[in-house]
Amino acid sequence: MLTALYIMLGLALLLGVVLGISALLFKVEGDPLVARIDAILPQTQCGQCGYPGCKPYATAIAKGEADINQCPPGGDAGAHALADLMGVEYKPLNAEHGAPKPKSVAFIDENTCIGCTLCIQACPVDAILGAAKHMHTIIASECTGCELCLAPCPVDCITMQPITETPDNWKWKYPIIPIKALPSTGSNAPL
Amino acid sequence: MNSIIQFTSRLIRGQSTSTDVHKFNGGVHPPGYKDDSTTRPIGTLAIPEKLILPLRQHVGYIPKIKVHVSDHVLKGQMLAEAEGSVSAAIHAPTSGTVTAISKEVIPHPSGLPDMCITLTPDGKDTWATLQPVDWRNTAKKDLVASLRLSGIVGLGGATFPTHIKVRADGKSHVHTLVINAAECEPYITCDDMLMRERADEIVKGIEIVQYLLGAENCVIGIEDNKPEATIAMSEACKSLANVSVKAVPTLYPSGDARRLIHLLLGTEIPHDKRSTDVGVQVFNVATVLAIYRYFAFGEPAVNRIVTMTGSVNSPQNFEVLFGTPLQSLITAAGGAKADTTHFIMGGPMMGFDLPTIDVPITKAANCIIAATPDLFAPPPPAMPCIRCARCADACPVNLQPQELYWFAKSDNFEKARDYNLFDCIECGCCTYVCPSNIPLVQYYRYAKSEIIAADKAKEAADLARERNEFRLARIEREKLERAQKHAERAASAKTDEPKTEGEKPANTMAADDAKKAAIAAAVERAKALKLAVAHAEGQINNSQEETKATPAEAQSHTNESAMAEQAKVEQAVTEQAKKDKQALIAAAIERAKAQKLAAAQAGVAPKNIENISATVQAEISEIDAIREKVKQTVDAKNSD
Repeated sequence: MLTALYIMLGLALLLGVVLGISALLFKVEGDPLVARIDAILPQTQCGQCGYPGCKPYATAIAKGEADINQCPPGGDAGAHALADLMGVEYKPLNAEHGAPKPKSVAFIDENTCIGCTLCIQACPVDAILGAAKHMHTIIASECTGCELCLAPCPVDCITMQPITETPDNWKWKYPIIPIKALPSTGSNAPL
Repeated sequence: MNSIIQFTSRLIRGQSTSTDVHKFNGGVHPPGYKDDSTTRPIGTLAIPEKLILPLRQHVGYIPKIKVHVSDHVLKGQMLAEAEGSVSAAIHAPTSGTVTAISKEVIPHPSGLPDMCITLTPDGKDTWATLQPVDWRNTAKKDLVASLRLSGIVGLGGATFPTHIKVRADGKSHVHTLVINAAECEPYITCDDMLMRERADEIVKGIEIVQYLLGAENCVIGIEDNKPEATIAMSEACKSLANVSVKAVPTLYPSGDARRLIHLLLGTEIPHDKRSTDVGVQVFNVATVLAIYRYFAFGEPAVNRIVTMTGSVNSPQNFEVLFGTPLQSLITAAGGAKADTTHFIMGGPMMGFDLPTIDVPITKAANCIIAATPDLFAPPPPAMPCIRCARCADACPVNLQPQELYWFAKSDNFEKARDYNLFDCIECGCCTYVCPSNIPLVQYYRYAKSEIIAADKAKEAADLARERNEFRLARIEREKLERAQKHAERAASAKTDEPKTEGEKPANTMAADDAKKAAIAAAVERAKALKLAVAHAEGQINNSQEETKATPAEAQSHTNESAMAEQAKVEQAVTEQAKKDKQALIAAAIERAKAQKLAAAQAGVAPKNIENISATVQAEISEIDAIREKVKQTVDAKNSD
């Protein structure tokens, strides 16, 4: 009877020590949940969710402060993925945070640009190239389409241009089998 | 006894006729329709009125344009040079003038326009100075570099830049060169006719490629439905000891590189490896000929053999300049028959419908088929999958097409990828055998392009995250640096101060104090003045606004009596406001006068006004200006 107790006690102590050591040894830096949420977010860094970027929004979701339906660039698919990850019910996108738009890139009208550098300071991914009193330009391949550069521009020379379909980014469409209406055979036709 | 064993084993393997070829799993036997276009020799086309050369004619990066509109170019002159490792140059197919560099519809399943160079031939067909290469006495490295300028790509249809394939990667040694002359798709006969007519040149090309690769052996694989070509090739390579011609059984898709290697050598290449990893490299027969013509005569890739067949009056193979409009080719083949509905580029199994007839012939165009409802009946409606697994039996890559179909149909792309969707060669065997007429390959193409797009988006998101994090780190670092600088400056100022003060003589200190007091007094005055002006102006503005607003309000009333009453009230209010205003103005004037007096008194105080620094002088003049303004305002109000 007593031996059994000692054995169990000893085992419990041993396992406790092992667990304690492994908790120290295999400590995970940062919050893995935040990283996983961040991986789902589109990294537009647009702030439409009400947080100053994708990572702060991911942190807020992980803490339970923010809802999963505040990211318009992520679209419906993003909301579904977040719902799956967080184990919560899917919610349609909250219209307060804006509607999903086709992916666009910013374009600077170089004739109007005065070289004020305000857009450069606003760009969350450093995708605008230029210097004070020199023309600015967008690095299109690095622009996330967040639209944050539109507001600060004093001469409104930045426009958003939707990405057009080219043979490069063209995708094969889902096969649609056309349903053909049979030619009308008249009222006396046998059915 | 032995012969009986051999016989039975052959029976079991289903290879009673062929002697030393192996067999791959699956495959189909579609009707060939090859005889239509092999009755006539390879024809030539007159130089068309214009040539449209798309920049996108090969796999890889778009080449860089080297010419401008209205430039005159000679045949064989480079129009665009290869940019990046996987890219190919584009040359002028004939002499003429560059008339446009614009977006035109290209032969691509999307039917979208893309950048093209339009060349208007001058009809002279003058060659640029050609530089043949003595390949036997040139370093391999230089030959590969030279081949990069040739614009030659795989002419079997895959259009992979050839110079990459002969480049030694230093890892694997290629011991066998396989020449792909199987040409397994129905209708296509361009390689067949090429071998019948130009076997000698092909064999010379084989020698060059063997030398470049360092391959000891060479096997030419030809499907056994091309006996003339097989004989011609065997004759031509009689003198070469290490080159052999092998007939492979006619079975689609024996022309796929991995299938052909399996057929000829019995080697199966692991799905994640390249053929060079097992020491084999495959070249199309027409590519080999192009390489020969480039080294022997210096001719870059300017033309190819194209099969024009299907519903045309005289199906034939033609040697066509790249960029030739499809219409010229159709006309040369006697015109399309009346019931032609559309044109297919490539074969009926893997080809695609051309978006319009106004597309040019490109490096990928091995065959153009004029399609009619008789030849290519519209597919019957797709029925549900009955899980018969005939597609799995037919799949030459040993995939599970029915599973892939389920996953692609339900957008379960991760699962489709796990089932090796990207090993699918899109040969169309599964679609061909499907009793439910399901367009399986379309589903795989859809799933593949969705996965590729998702991967690209993921890559872009990762880049954006990285750049955002870097930016935040940079801002943080700059903030720290600034704080540090401030701290340093503050520290240095503290250490400097006592020194300078101690050194200063007493009289200057006294002068400084006087100056400081004067400045302080001036600043005080200026502040008071500004306040006074603001106050006065604000009062005036308010009262003016009120007086302005009243008539407008009065007008808005429709009831006259009410209006009259309102007017009375308004008048009372305005009078009151006027009184207030006057009182305010009077007060302001009082204050201004007091200020003036004070200013006059103060003005005498700093005698050393010339010694005051520029900024203080500016401040004083500003104050004077304000005084002037106040005076004017007051005067104006007084005269009212």
